Amino acid sequence: MAGKETAGGQRRANRQREEAEETEVEPETDVQERHEKLSEDVDSILDDIDEVLEENAEEFVRQYVQKGGE
Amino acid sequence: MTTEGAVRRIMGIETEYGISVPGQPGANAMLTSSQIVNSYPTAAAARARRARWDFEEETPLRDARGFDVTRDAADASQLTDEDLGLANVILTNGARLYVDHAHPEYSAPECTNPRDAALWDKAGEHVMLEALHRAAQIPGTAPIVLYKNNTDNKGASYGCHENYLMRRSTPFADIVKHVTPFFVSRPVFAGAGRVGIGQEGGQAGFQLSQRADFFEVEVGLETTLKRPIINTRDEPHADAEKYRRLHVIVGDANMSELATYLKLGTTSLVLAMVEDGWLREDLSVVQPVAALHDVSHDHGLGHLLTLHDGRRMTALQLQNEYHEQARKYVEDRYGSDVDQDTTDVLDEWESVLDRLAQDPMLLREELDWVAKLALLEGYRSRDDIDWDHPRLQLVDLQYTDIRPEKGLYARLASRDKMRRLFTDDEVARAVVRPPEDTRAYFRGRCLAQYGEQVAAASWDSVIFDIPGRDSLQRVPMLEPLRGTHAHVGELLDRCKTAGELVAVLTEGA
Repeated sequence: MAGKETAGGQRRANRQREEAEETEVEPETDVQERHEKLSEDVDSILDDIDEVLEENAEEFVRQYVQKGGE
Repeated sequence: MTTEGAVRRIMGIETEYGISVPGQPGANAMLTSSQIVNSYPTAAAARARRARWDFEEETPLRDARGFDVTRDAADASQLTDEDLGLANVILTNGARLYVDHAHPEYSAPECTNPRDAALWDKAGEHVMLEALHRAAQIPGTAPIVLYKNNTDNKGASYGCHENYLMRRSTPFADIVKHVTPFFVSRPVFAGAGRVGIGQEGGQAGFQLSQRADFFEVEVGLETTLKRPIINTRDEPHADAEKYRRLHVIVGDANMSELATYLKLGTTSLVLAMVEDGWLREDLSVVQPVAALHDVSHDHGLGHLLTLHDGRRMTALQLQNEYHEQARKYVEDRYGSDVDQDTTDVLDEWESVLDRLAQDPMLLREELDWVAKLALLEGYRSRDDIDWDHPRLQLVDLQYTDIRPEKGLYARLASRDKMRRLFTDDEVARAVVRPPEDTRAYFRGRCLAQYGEQVAAASWDSVIFDIPGRDSLQRVPMLEPLRGTHAHVGELLDRCKTAGELVAVLTEGA
């Protein structure tokens, strides 16, 4: 699972900044479209995650009790 | 390359992991934590003796024998009460792995820059994973699960502490004044995200930070009660006349490599500006503890903080003020001689702040709180559930499960849905090898090649038990920038035994 991004992020950061500038004045509909695309992405991720989520969430979370640390 | 300046300084992260045995909520966490620590294979020491932590750094050599508990490779399941809490080993990568209260803790080796410090922090997750796998092989041991988070949502919090070596000459009041507003606003990118508001998570909702609600005072020595935004613990593990250690307890444990890297890099930059007296403007916020909570509780990033001078600005705008100052500072101090690490931190910081201002969801593959929120919002909308639903609390918890087959961060990363800064190979190397440009190099290599003769070690010493010598031989390492590959690499290559090494060091043989 080598990262799809590599280190040495300067070029990347600059590119992102350019993108940021370009999209600064994007209309609301673009944001909405992006979020719709995002929720499609997320849905496919959720299907994947459903398979590994611990069963009986309520019980599992209730039993996670820690002592303070530090 | 300079070792000090801008983002470069001695730094490192120590992380307490959440620990549980599913189905056995009553499991003794000190025992399970000891099982984890004792299961990790510690080079040659695992076969013969375990090098112990040298607690009493000032103690004369001969007394150190008392700490050399020759417990050998005791079966972790046979630990007695007396052993509980003692588990404490030094790794070949220069890190310390031990039981702190009721948690296994990984203290990463000292590094000189944020990228390395983030890499050796990530290596810690793999150290814990290996320990977990080994512990699972002990007959009769129930499977243990570890989480890199900071709260159980029932009132308990455990820490992820950053450490930065600073010039002793810097007035502490300057640190408090200039660093507090920075810490109050830092969760906008460094927060790991949390389902639940309040120390016990009783109020439904999402917030940026795991830790924010556990902070109750502005400055103090405590770490477990009345936690302060600025912690005054100051054991430099180095020459105290030259250095102080800033022990930062206000941060979250991050899975995101970018969040860890930025947290370290930006904080180091702010500290450099404080050391150089660059920050003149007072960005102090009114009631910083309440402000920290408010910032964390506002994932819309619109909350307006009130500054002492009456200005009102969001946490993002406050971060922009620091970023702008840092740009000017670096330009003024270094100009075109700026190092690549510093440039990269400045650029990444700016990019993240810009995109957070536009739409935080642009960072969903880069920052923990945004990645987590995207999943949570997905579940909320798909399953039509609200913030108090246990499934959302489970997503919050399981995001930090360190097992690649179960952890949600790991699932995202394996689908290329989290940006990584490090390759798997880099992380694997950092699990076993120390950084090359600090004293961690000497410590780690001594463990790797003379493990059986290392009786104890600490951040600033290695103690050898050399056959044929009456007393233990203590090698002090008070200067973090000595003991590097450049400094002792050839010497360590040459000395096949600890006896030879000690002879050279003490007699110049």
